[in-house]
Amino acid sequence: MADVLERVTKIIVDRLGVEESQVNLDAKFKEDLGADSLDVVELVMELEDEFDVEISDDDAEKITTVGDAVTYINSKN
Amino acid sequence: MNLDGKIALVTGASRGIGKAIALELARLGADVVINYAGNEQKAKDVSEEIKAIGRRSFIIQCDISDSDAVQSMVKETVDQFGRLDILVNNAGITRDNLLMRMKEQEWDDVINTNLKGVFLCTKAVTRQMMKQRSGRIINISSVVGRIGNAGQANYTAAKAGVIGLTKASARELAARGITVNAIAPGFIATDMTDELPIEAKEQLIGQIPLGTLGEVEDIAAAAAFLASNGAKYITGQVLGVDGGMAM
Ligand SMILES: NC(=O)c1ccc[n+]([C@@H]2O[C@H](COP(=O)([O-])OP(=O)(O)OC[C@H]3O[C@@H](n4cnc5c(N)ncnc54)[C@H](OP(=O)(O)O)[C@@H]3O)[C@@H](O)[C@H]2O)c1
Repeated sequence: MADVLERVTKIIVDRLGVEESQVNLDAKFKEDLGADSLDVVELVMELEDEFDVEISDDDAEKITTVGDAVTYINSKN
Repeated sequence: MNLDGKIALVTGASRGIGKAIALELARLGADVVINYAGNEQKAKDVSEEIKAIGRRSFIIQCDISDSDAVQSMVKETVDQFGRLDILVNNAGITRDNLLMRMKEQEWDDVINTNLKGVFLCTKAVTRQMMKQRSGRIINISSVVGRIGNAGQANYTAAKAGVIGLTKASARELAARGITVNAIAPGFIATDMTDELPIEAKEQLIGQIPLGTLGEVEDIAAAAAFLASNGAKYITGQVLGVDGGMAM
């Protein structure tokens, strides 16, 4: 779990240029981390590559917080 | 103009305009994937011609209105060539009929290939191009999508749709370094226009200020420009290559 969160955090920090301290499980990509819709699509793409999972468009739409992403990845691994 | 090291995918590149575009991109240095629907031999010939000038090329059969097939086509391209810089959405069909006589099937076939096909291919390459932070998408619309044409309600609607799609995707993808433009050819001498009856052709030529049908090379030159570095600041535009039909 910790490891997944760490890797997800690194991707978010790189992609969105936010501080690591801003990234917590409750943080919303758009509201809290300043992402626009296309940024979220790109984040999901990077998560797919990083964790070697396929995230369907339907599932991707439900991923709105850091916690959603971590939970989703854990459920697939 | 130079496209050395660029990877291009041209849909409907076995004949006509698509073939001319594929050859021109290759001549300028690009490696080119040749998509076709049914004419395997013609696709192979184009591919061989490209290899003969020292560029890499392979052919791939795919109905661009089939989402799964489109996704595997793009995957195959990226697997083999490692990236994808240029997509030319060229494949298209006609099923002409007067509105009053047009069958639903004729409408659906043309919308599925000429409009939905462009959407599916654009969607499928976007992932790769977004990652690269660069890409060129060139959509082949038509002059009739700008000015209308009797007997082609389906085709005209699809081609006008392609112009809208071009502008929407240009806006969405601009921030990621991807440009999307359309070319609107007028009447170009290919298999597609060969089918027209002589009187229809003569009447058509009468509407062309420059007074002749266009050649496939005219469209290829425009596509090469839009793919080149010189066009890096151009996006969301419709370039008419039509002898002056639409002004
Ligand atoms: N010719 C004109 O005057 C003119 C004017 C304005 C716009 N355009 C547009 O320019 C484009 C090319 O026209 P063209 O005159 O060169 O046409 P063409 O000579 O009839 O060639 C059509 C090409 O599209 C391919 N194709 C057809 N349906 C397909 C599908 N479902 N999936 C994949 N490939 C498919 C064909 O493959 P196969 O060989 O395997 O069948 C062929 O390579 C079209 O979008 C057309 O609407 C043409």
